[in-house]
Amino acid sequence: MEHHSILRVVSKLLIPPMLVFALYVQFHGEYSPGGGFQAGVVFAAAFILYSLVHGIDALIKIVPPRALHVFSAVGALIFAGTGVVTMLLGEPFLGYYALAENPVHAQEWGIVIVEFGVGMTVASVMLSLFIAFASHNPRLDDKDW
Amino acid sequence: MMALIVSNLPALQVALPIIAAPFCLILGRGAWAWALATIVSFVTFAISLALFASVYDGSIISYHMGGWAPPIGIEYRVDIVNAFVLLIVSGVAALVLPYAYRSVADEIPADRQPIFYTAFLLCVAGLLGVTITGDAFNVFVFLEISSLSTYALVASGAWRNKRALTASYNYLIMGTVGATFFVIGIGMLYMITGTLNMADLAVRIADHGDSSTLHMGFVFILIGIGLKLAMFPLHLWLPNAYSFAPSAVTAFLAATATKVAVYVMLRFMFTVLGFDFEFQADTLKLVVFPLAVAAMFAASLVAIFQDDLKRMLAYSSIAQIGYILLGLAFLTHTGLLASIVHLFNHAVTKGALFMVAGCFVLSTGTSSISSLRGVGRDMPWTAAAFVAGGFSLIGLPLTVGFISKWYLVQAALELGWWPVALLIMASSLLAIIYVWRVVEAVYLQPAPEGITRKEAPLSMLVPAWILVGLSIWFGVSASLTTTAASRAADALIGQSQILWQE
Repeated sequence: MEHHSILRVVSKLLIPPMLVFALYVQFHGEYSPGGGFQAGVVFAAAFILYSLVHGIDALIKIVPPRALHVFSAVGALIFAGTGVVTMLLGEPFLGYYALAENPVHAQEWGIVIVEFGVGMTVASVMLSLFIAFASHNPRLDDKDW
Repeated sequence: MMALIVSNLPALQVALPIIAAPFCLILGRGAWAWALATIVSFVTFAISLALFASVYDGSIISYHMGGWAPPIGIEYRVDIVNAFVLLIVSGVAALVLPYAYRSVADEIPADRQPIFYTAFLLCVAGLLGVTITGDAFNVFVFLEISSLSTYALVASGAWRNKRALTASYNYLIMGTVGATFFVIGIGMLYMITGTLNMADLAVRIADHGDSSTLHMGFVFILIGIGLKLAMFPLHLWLPNAYSFAPSAVTAFLAATATKVAVYVMLRFMFTVLGFDFEFQADTLKLVVFPLAVAAMFAASLVAIFQDDLKRMLAYSSIAQIGYILLGLAFLTHTGLLASIVHLFNHAVTKGALFMVAGCFVLSTGTSSISSLRGVGRDMPWTAAAFVAGGFSLIGLPLTVGFISKWYLVQAALELGWWPVALLIMASSLLAIIYVWRVVEAVYLQPAPEGITRKEAPLSMLVPAWILVGLSIWFGVSASLTTTAASRAADALIGQSQILWQE
């Protein structure tokens, strides 16, 4: 991979802004277009770009599939857990008003927490899918490019 | 705390399996995931029982998700109709999971089992969600949750037979077409009314009156759900999906998935579109009715010529769906009662039979009928369970199958359609033939030399026999199921202003 300097440099330039943009989409989701799903996809795309340049093994070294499974489960649990917490606080399932005194803040926090779970699950499921498909192909040698 | 739980029962019914599913994935060990899934399925069943008990008198529980009142928010609405279906789904899940331990250990590699149980719980949650929700679009979302996990569950039969992959892919394509048709239909209803809450839809459609958009919406929903419930010419995905899925999955799906789809059909036909809707009555009479009769005969005939036990039972399921749709198409109280009671009766019967098939698969390694020769001596309990379940499938007295057919025949005679009553009995004769083929192989043909097959383990026999026991218990004293079904039919008819024939 050492001699593909253009690919390396461009990906190095692109990946950090992609991650930051994903976080921007994530945390502005409640009052601008975006949200957990879109953010998760953008976040995963950064990793996929890394793997396109450095190979699938490098990606698996950073995020092992088992960790991805756990992350996708935890994301779903953040969503469902918010519902359980509001239920324990006396509101219905996912009734965000229980989360704060001020109803506007309560709704905002509720949606931010839930969307964070969505983003986490979407990003890790995207990566799991990518790894599942990419691992099936025979490894591409540097000479074959 | 208790009051908190009771007031949130409708949400917990669905949320509990959904929350448990990711935990299964995190646990990462097959046995732990199985233990968690089993405990959750028991609690889910207890919740269904509590819900059923509280709506048995005809009251309705309305739960507002997130505190947003309907029609804007998502409403979970439990009445006698869906409480009955919830009971079927969670009850079968609570029996299939203990059964699954040995069966899955045999059919699925250890490192994949946590994912299997995750998908299983998601499937349970999806089916429960479809049943409990009072929001038309939410039905679609949960239908997708259950369908997507079902595709994965069917495909997990690939370790036993690679053809599970094509079966699952086939099901994926057909199921997606069905779901798309369904959501287009909902889109048309939304176009007319601007609402997605079922109760609100019913009122607004009644105000709005007849229109061609409504006709199209109805047809799209009918065909979409028809694909999901394997209505006769749309059943092509079912035989392969059922025969190649792991045994525990087949037992669960055969007893629940198509039943839930039938429930959705009932709900949309009689609660949502339930005004004086001639187009719907005509469609039921002229399209669904002949198809139901055709299913009873065509699928039973095909079942007779199958060499694979699971495949034979799958075709028999298509025929039984025919009976359910037939009861629906009568458009009378008795017909509807027969349909609803058959939902339960067929779930119990077919669940038991597929569990027995799974026991045979565990011991003989295959589900082909010819390999079951003489197995009655080696596996007396499994074989006896098959015979008892087979009686119920045929509809012999003292089994639940008889109760269903009794009401179906009665519904036909009430309308004076005695040829239909004769057809129902004639199709039962076909059931005798295909059940007899297995009984003959199991008991009357000599066992191949030198092979002894071990009796299935207790963890599989007990759930199978519980279902067999239920099929006899509710065949002898059917008052509980028929009263519930009768009240459910009343509720569906009461909600609709369709011109019911007296």
